[in-house]
Amino acid sequence: MNKAVSKTDSPIHRFTHSPFFIALWLALLFLPFKGLKAAGILFIVLFAAVSMLNMFKKYVGTMKGVFSDFKQYLLGRSRIKLPESKTRSIALTLLMSVVVMALPFYGHDYLIDIAVLSGIYIILAQGLNIVVGFTGLLNLGFVAFYAIGAYSYALLNTKLGMGFWASLPLSVMLVTLSGFILAIPALRLRGDYLAIVTLGFGEIVRLVLNNWDSFTKGPNGIGGIEPPNIFGMQISKLGHFYYFIIIFVLLAVFIIRRVSASRIGRAWIAIREDEIASSSIGINTTAYKLYSFAFGAFWAGLAGVLFAAKMQFVSPESFTFMESVLVLCMVILGGLGSIPGVVLGAIILVMLPEMLREVQLYRMLALGSGLVMLMIFRPQGLMGGKGVSFRG
Amino acid sequence: MYLLEVRDLTKHFGGIRAIEEVRFRAKEGSIMSIIGPNGAGKTTLFNCLTGITRPTKGAISFFDMETTGLKPDSIVKLGVARTFQNIRLFREMTVIENVMVSQHCRTRSGLLSAIIRSNNFRNEEKTIKEKALEYLELVGLEAYADTVAGSLPYGSQKRLEIARAIATEPRLILLDEPTAGMNPQETGEMMELIKKLQELGKTIILIEHDMKVVMGISENIVVLDHGVKIAEGAPEEIRKNPMVIEAYLGKEH
Ligand SMILES: Nc1ncnc2c1ncn2[C@@H]1O[C@H](COP(=O)(O)OP(=O)(O)O)[C@@H](O)[C@H]1O
Ligand SMILES: [Mg+2]
Repeated sequence: MNKAVSKTDSPIHRFTHSPFFIALWLALLFLPFKGLKAAGILFIVLFAAVSMLNMFKKYVGTMKGVFSDFKQYLLGRSRIKLPESKTRSIALTLLMSVVVMALPFYGHDYLIDIAVLSGIYIILAQGLNIVVGFTGLLNLGFVAFYAIGAYSYALLNTKLGMGFWASLPLSVMLVTLSGFILAIPALRLRGDYLAIVTLGFGEIVRLVLNNWDSFTKGPNGIGGIEPPNIFGMQISKLGHFYYFIIIFVLLAVFIIRRVSASRIGRAWIAIREDEIASSSIGINTTAYKLYSFAFGAFWAGLAGVLFAAKMQFVSPESFTFMESVLVLCMVILGGLGSIPGVVLGAIILVMLPEMLREVQLYRMLALGSGLVMLMIFRPQGLMGGKGVSFRG
Repeated sequence: MYLLEVRDLTKHFGGIRAIEEVRFRAKEGSIMSIIGPNGAGKTTLFNCLTGITRPTKGAISFFDMETTGLKPDSIVKLGVARTFQNIRLFREMTVIENVMVSQHCRTRSGLLSAIIRSNNFRNEEKTIKEKALEYLELVGLEAYADTVAGSLPYGSQKRLEIARAIATEPRLILLDEPTAGMNPQETGEMMELIKKLQELGKTIILIEHDMKVVMGISENIVVLDHGVKIAEGAPEEIRKNPMVIEAYLGKEH
């Protein structure tokens, strides 16, 4: 108690939570990508926005009340009945499965392509959800594991001529191992410090891939990666790849659901809720945080291998910090710790920018303001039960 | 037989001497109270006993096993459980999940059996659930099993913390101010519960400010003041001890 109070009251804490610091920090992050001018503009805009948000914070509460009253009113008026009975939800599930499974028959290539990408992101976001959503550890460099997975397969395939099925377990094991290796030093840190170290790790991996020309071909990337084989048949047609991805998505959701409903998942959530209490009921918090990091990395590795096999090409460009942010947004949008929520979050954030393509200029603006609105009105995400917070 | 033995325990936070050479022993199956003014070092003592803070000096042994310097989870495995002065529940989990997760250190199924849902896994989950309900019944919260823990009223949260502590199957339970903030009726129920725990064979050490509770249920009382043990004994002795009266009421009285 004493400790917690002194932490939130300390001048350092007050500084790191001031609009000035938040704006400066984000602007500095953007500096390497967009140059001084863009970073300067971003700083001014963010500073103004965060200051205003702070000022209006007390009004947000009232707004929320009005909003929920309004919702009650609407629901009452139209007497909307959400599907409650079991048969209805079964029917709904069936309908959705048909829509999903028949997609290659009615969708055009562009749609299937986006759907395949959604599938890969679902696996990736589920992995991050284990770390951030269940265990409450903020990882801002998650894309590093995705990159290591993709490059492992690319290199094993193009340099050693190993096929998809031989490379898959090797690559995924390598990624899991790198999850462990990062976690050992990083888990000594908490909250914001952990976030910064993982962010650094993500950048290091990208920079190594970008600069180790002799091994990774640098920014040119690696091309000519083989698509997967099943019974001697190459899965290169988009429609086939779609089903191939669906199998992995189902596998990921199935396994993660089962693990999260076991004593392992409960231990992760307990650590998120209160680390000291967790250790006081006999959970080895260090071991379980490591476990969570490695298990999350495992899925990122799988997503990476699938990505390389789908694109048949990898380059460092696909693994920037913005990618980590995007995946984190998927998890937060869907709801921290909610498996169906994260599926939804991934699909929305892959589909939405594509749908907003016509309005090019405004789409990032629309997306950004959408997320801000979400944070105000539904901080627990679309399907989550918990507010967004990362305790130290 | 002594279950717990604390020898010359000292804890300094920089210049603050939170505990200074404290020594006492707790008999198996007894109820013992630790009293003292605010800031006397009572919670710090519990933190040392449970491995949350590392003592500066001194030794703690539990059934003749040295536990000084062990990590909290290892100490729990040996059979020491606790509650917190400011409630530390897993607020977003349901009441029953709080008690289920507490059996973590007494269960063992791993990743693979969780994925394939082996027979062992299913049996273990079933036992965990049954036991959790049993513990909830003990503290009178079985009707709230599926409520989110954070939404329980204060008194119930305190009792849930006790259920969570019992679920680790301890031999020694440390209760940090179990009746703080409770009305007389709730306090009475808490005393009953503590006696029930004793009947179940648990040894109990509690930090308590309510003298009715302290005098009513404890066999032995340790008095701390500014980190130093100033008295120890049965309730009647402590009541009459001039040093204790002084520590509580100040010199001029
Ligand atoms: N983590 C800590 N860091 C620094 N000082 C602490 C810490 N924990 C407790 N203290 C100090 O140790 C003393 C004893 O505190 P505590 O054990 O909480 O007392 P009690 O529980 O008897 O009221 C107090 O002066 C308190 O400020
Ligand atoms: Mg205290």
